[in-house]
Amino acid sequence: MISPEFLYSLLETLRTGSGVWNPISWIIVFVVAFLVVYIVRGFGKEDSQVKGEKAKVFLSGNPELEKEKMHVGGSNLYWGFTDMLSWVYRGLDKMHNGNVSDYIFWFVIVLGIFFILLGVL
Amino acid sequence: MNIAIDMDWLLTHSPALIVAIPLLGAFITPLISKIGDSVRNAWAIFIVLLTSFFVFLLANDILTNGSVRTYVFGGNTALINNSFAVRILFEVDGMNAFIAIIAAVLAIAGIIYSWSFMKEHTGLDKYYTLVLLMIAGMFGMILTGDMFNFFVFIEITSIASCALIAFYTNKGKAVDAGFKYIVISSVGALFILLAIGILYSQYNALNMAVLAGNIQYTFLDKIAFGLLIGGLAMKAGIVPMHMWLPDAYGRAPSSVSIILVGTTLAGLYGALRMTFTVYGNSLLTATTNKGDIPLYSIIGAIIVSLAIVTILIGVLMALKESDFKRMIGFAAVGEIGYMILAVGAALLALGTTYGDKALTGGIFHIINDALDVGLLFLVAGAVYYVTKETSLNKLGGLARHMKYTTVFFVIGLFAVSGMPPLNGFASKLLIYQSTYQVNPILAIVAILCSILLLAAFVKVFHSAFLGPKISKFEGAREVPKSMLIAMGFIACFIIFFGLFPNIVINSIIEPAKDAILNYTSYIGGIIP
Repeated sequence: MISPEFLYSLLETLRTGSGVWNPISWIIVFVVAFLVVYIVRGFGKEDSQVKGEKAKVFLSGNPELEKEKMHVGGSNLYWGFTDMLSWVYRGLDKMHNGNVSDYIFWFVIVLGIFFILLGVL
Repeated sequence: MNIAIDMDWLLTHSPALIVAIPLLGAFITPLISKIGDSVRNAWAIFIVLLTSFFVFLLANDILTNGSVRTYVFGGNTALINNSFAVRILFEVDGMNAFIAIIAAVLAIAGIIYSWSFMKEHTGLDKYYTLVLLMIAGMFGMILTGDMFNFFVFIEITSIASCALIAFYTNKGKAVDAGFKYIVISSVGALFILLAIGILYSQYNALNMAVLAGNIQYTFLDKIAFGLLIGGLAMKAGIVPMHMWLPDAYGRAPSSVSIILVGTTLAGLYGALRMTFTVYGNSLLTATTNKGDIPLYSIIGAIIVSLAIVTILIGVLMALKESDFKRMIGFAAVGEIGYMILAVGAALLALGTTYGDKALTGGIFHIINDALDVGLLFLVAGAVYYVTKETSLNKLGGLARHMKYTTVFFVIGLFAVSGMPPLNGFASKLLIYQSTYQVNPILAIVAILCSILLLAAFVKVFHSAFLGPKISKFEGAREVPKSMLIAMGFIACFIIFFGLFPNIVINSIIEPAKDAILNYTSYIGGIIP
């Protein structure tokens, strides 16, 4: 038998110290918003789909390749972001060089820093 | 015969049984394998379920009653002549129980997933033996109250994990990852052993509670503390000692990767236990050499610095990585950063409401991270099972063939990125709001990195699951039921924890937090 206390505990609000979070309320709001959007969408014209030349993909004048070749792979998706931060990634790549001796080297460095901090402070 | 008495007996002996059952199960597995593959697989699942039953039985008792349970091997009391703590013992409080629950859930999912995922491979008698050994070692690390015993279980876990990471012996990278893992683990464990030797030479004790009661924070104790935390931080994958982690997680079979998440968290548990319990009295009461600054503030500042670097490097590397499983490995590094950020912030703001909330958020995030990252590893394994591919450059259009797996991936994606209403959001919200009170920059970096983590997994969603049909995956089909059950099992926890965070916090997080902060109750479990 499910007690009323248990049911009440399901609806409890999480208090974070400076805010609150209630997932159930959030879901109710989300569902209502979804229903509103769905109803508004229903007012749209059924024949509003773009057809003909306007529907064709425009790739800066380049021809459209077959669909399989148009798929953007994982490495290319954030090319701009990673290229902009290439100076950061150069350092990180050097760090992650796969050499286990270097992994131990990092461990020794961290131990050295720990000892200095614990000794001095 | 009274059933209640039997349950009491089981409860009394459950700390020992939790380690003994998988350990004995592991050594019987090669014999069971002679009967048949299905019997062997069922045996391994039975052993893990039986172990988990004892974990939940013990955890229920400890979390409900707020008690500390001690199990002494070879005698009734931990102390001989009221002073000499020579006997090996397991001591379980709210924190041990909490981590043991995580380990049990991951072990159940991993072993069920293995049934179909590993069926095409040979050498499965060795595989299941090693998995059960790894589980026994992991529970040993979590439950033991003895320092040397802790080292022994680290070694058992490391050796079994190494062999499992290198299980695909026909692939050079897997063997390479196994080699790196054993080198890193051995070096870390040897430093831990050196620290244990230093402590033993001073206090004539290996028992954690006895050490916690006697430790003076001398010069030698400081060296031992540095060695212990360094070694355990490496096991936990904290930057810059994390490089083994994407290699190991990425090359191990996915059914092993999910259990490896548990062993990593056992390392993190060890670091917390050493800091808050073994050194608790010294760190929480001492001041620095320079004057009136509390030592815990300095330790908190060091942990926060490591956490920020861990989050940034983990997330940035995840964003760039093009191998599905290695990417999850880097994301796991970033997630560990969130946990230790909360712990560091809690130390910086010790005694305040938001310091308390930070620790609650950090401990809550431990279980959330284990579930979220665990689910994503299972999804990555499902993708590999169907396509024999982990490169995001070669995958595509899988949502057309693997509808359930896609749904599980989306759940994992939202959860690990801290999107409402799933579990990651609740714990991250606690971390953001409490760290904001310590320093707003910490919260800003944490939120920014969560957005980047979302971007990284959106990249996976786009490149692996969306897009047109890829001709070479034309025959791809949904994965077998045992793999779907394992993924669904974890996904149910994620959804429940997300929708009802208060229940989780009140029932398992708060007792774990109290156990971490009240080191005297742990000492009181041994020394009257």
